[in-house]
Amino acid sequence: MAPIRIRFAIEGTFRFCRFASLVILRLRHDHVLKNYLQLNLNLLYWIFVAPFTGQFFDISQIFRQMVFIGVRATPMVALTAFSVGVTLAMQAAHSLQQLGAEIYVPDLVMVTLLREMGPVLIAVIVIGRSGSAVAAELGTMKVSEEIEALEVMAINPVQYLVVPRFLAMLVMLPALTIMGNYVGVFGGWAVCHFALNFNTAGYVLRALQSADTWDLYSGMIKSAVFAWIVITIACNAGLRVEGGAEGVGQATTASVVQALLAMLVTNAVLTGIFFFGG
Amino acid sequence: MPDSPIIEVVDLVRRFADRTVINDISFRIDRGETLVIMGGSGCGKSTLLRHIIGSMKPTSGSVKIFGEEITTMNEREIARIRGRFGMLFQSGALLASLTVGENVALPLVQHTKMSDDEIEEIVEQKLQMVGLTGFENLKPAEISGGMKKRVGLARALALDPELLFSDEPTSGLDPIMTAVVDQLTLKLTREAGMTAVVVTHDMTSAFRIATRMIMLGHGDIIAQGTPEEIRTSPNAEVQQFINGEADGPIPLNLSQDEHEHHRHVKPRPCVAARGRFHLKTS
Ligand SMILES: Nc1ncnc2c1ncn2[C@@H]1O[C@H](COP(=O)(O)OP(=O)(O)OP(=O)(O)O)[C@@H](O)[C@H]1O
Ligand SMILES: [Mg+2]
Repeated sequence: MAPIRIRFAIEGTFRFCRFASLVILRLRHDHVLKNYLQLNLNLLYWIFVAPFTGQFFDISQIFRQMVFIGVRATPMVALTAFSVGVTLAMQAAHSLQQLGAEIYVPDLVMVTLLREMGPVLIAVIVIGRSGSAVAAELGTMKVSEEIEALEVMAINPVQYLVVPRFLAMLVMLPALTIMGNYVGVFGGWAVCHFALNFNTAGYVLRALQSADTWDLYSGMIKSAVFAWIVITIACNAGLRVEGGAEGVGQATTASVVQALLAMLVTNAVLTGIFFFGG
Repeated sequence: MPDSPIIEVVDLVRRFADRTVINDISFRIDRGETLVIMGGSGCGKSTLLRHIIGSMKPTSGSVKIFGEEITTMNEREIARIRGRFGMLFQSGALLASLTVGENVALPLVQHTKMSDDEIEEIVEQKLQMVGLTGFENLKPAEISGGMKKRVGLARALALDPELLFSDEPTSGLDPIMTAVVDQLTLKLTREAGMTAVVVTHDMTSAFRIATRMIMLGHGDIIAQGTPEEIRTSPNAEVQQFINGEADGPIPLNLSQDEHEHHRHVKPRPCVAARGRFHLKTS
């Protein structure tokens, strides 16, 4: 028995290393970065330039995608945001109680949610749920020649497929974030009200006083930037799939990993700019 | 210029890695012709079509379509040319997220300013031509392979193109439907003056619709001519192909010695097929 288990462990480790290196090496080998920039330029062309030459994108598609990408994600986002709000409140209460400063729990919940936890965690949910779905859908279309068929019908895949998803994501991720913020604050209220004997009005007042509008706006800017990153990475991965179902699987995984990394790094940079720069 | 060719392929070469799939092919197609391209499975017929429609770039050589060089065009110019022809893919290539009717309507919605009623009427008419009335609201996943082909054909014909490419339009169809599709092709080419380039393995159908035939093999044109010339061709490979015989000069890759170019990689199909974690339990 033992040697078999060791072999499993070794093979597993080997495969993991190979996979990890593939994900990172792909960046260099397949000119992914160049393709990615090209996709972004294309996207900007079809959104900002093409409509003025009479080539409009389809508005109804955007609403359809908003449902797929955003509306269907609301239950998950709500549950996540609620848990985060509760957790933040409990942690804050635990630390602040020792100083006798439970009164500041709403401040902490509010500011942390608006500035960091809201945008980041909801982006994580959307990457896992909608980003991967977009990558898999476009990837499947690529391997079943649907993308090629579109091109041959003189329909640009970026205009027809990417633009609606991009705009839908750009609207829905900030919208989900706003909703998540509300639900998170509600989670904080639940802890404060039931465990710390806050009255509701006191909690709301305290929370509103603690946050200024810049806390909200910075979170919204972040979430719009994340939306851009997530959807372009997902679409790029999907449109570049090669090699059948296995390729679709790899592209989906790669898109999730790359989007997560890019999103977290960008978040650090933006926090640096917004709250550390001046 | 009435007699300039609609398509002119000159010295077309395409290599994938170290394999030459198309090796120096030249031919021309005139307006109103129905050119049938034949050849063994994997000999590069679909690849040839992809080069003509500009979705693949050749290693060298030139392809002129409607008198314009397509190999050096940018995306936008290619898109302009593509508005003028229809293409039926070997796999049908229907959009899985749209219904049958929406698939056929797609080119009309995207490229014309017709009203919804007009579009619906055309969709109905095109589906009727391929014998699929009443299937508008099904998704591609809910119809058979042969039906997908026919929807693909209806979609390719939606804009009434002057040039049609079809990649095996009748494979997967029963003999009656094959005859229906052939008659449709004949009607469109002989009566409406459409030019057609058809890839097919089906010899009955090939001889029924062709005005000229090309047979590919080893990346080259083995034979070309009118159906009559092909039928009476002295070339043994052509005779083997049109008569469908297993014995003859065409290499079939049925034995080891035809695999020189794959020799250096020792194939171990069983390793991957069993799964990498397969452990002998003895
Ligand atoms: N993208 C590609 N990369 C590498 N090789 C390719 C690619 N596309 C096609 N080929 C090779 O080109 C050759 C011809 O393929 P093609 O699909 O054109 O054959 P075909 O004549 O249409 O066959 P069939 O009748 O089975 O459809 C095959 O050997 C295939 O391996
Ligand atoms: Mg083919």
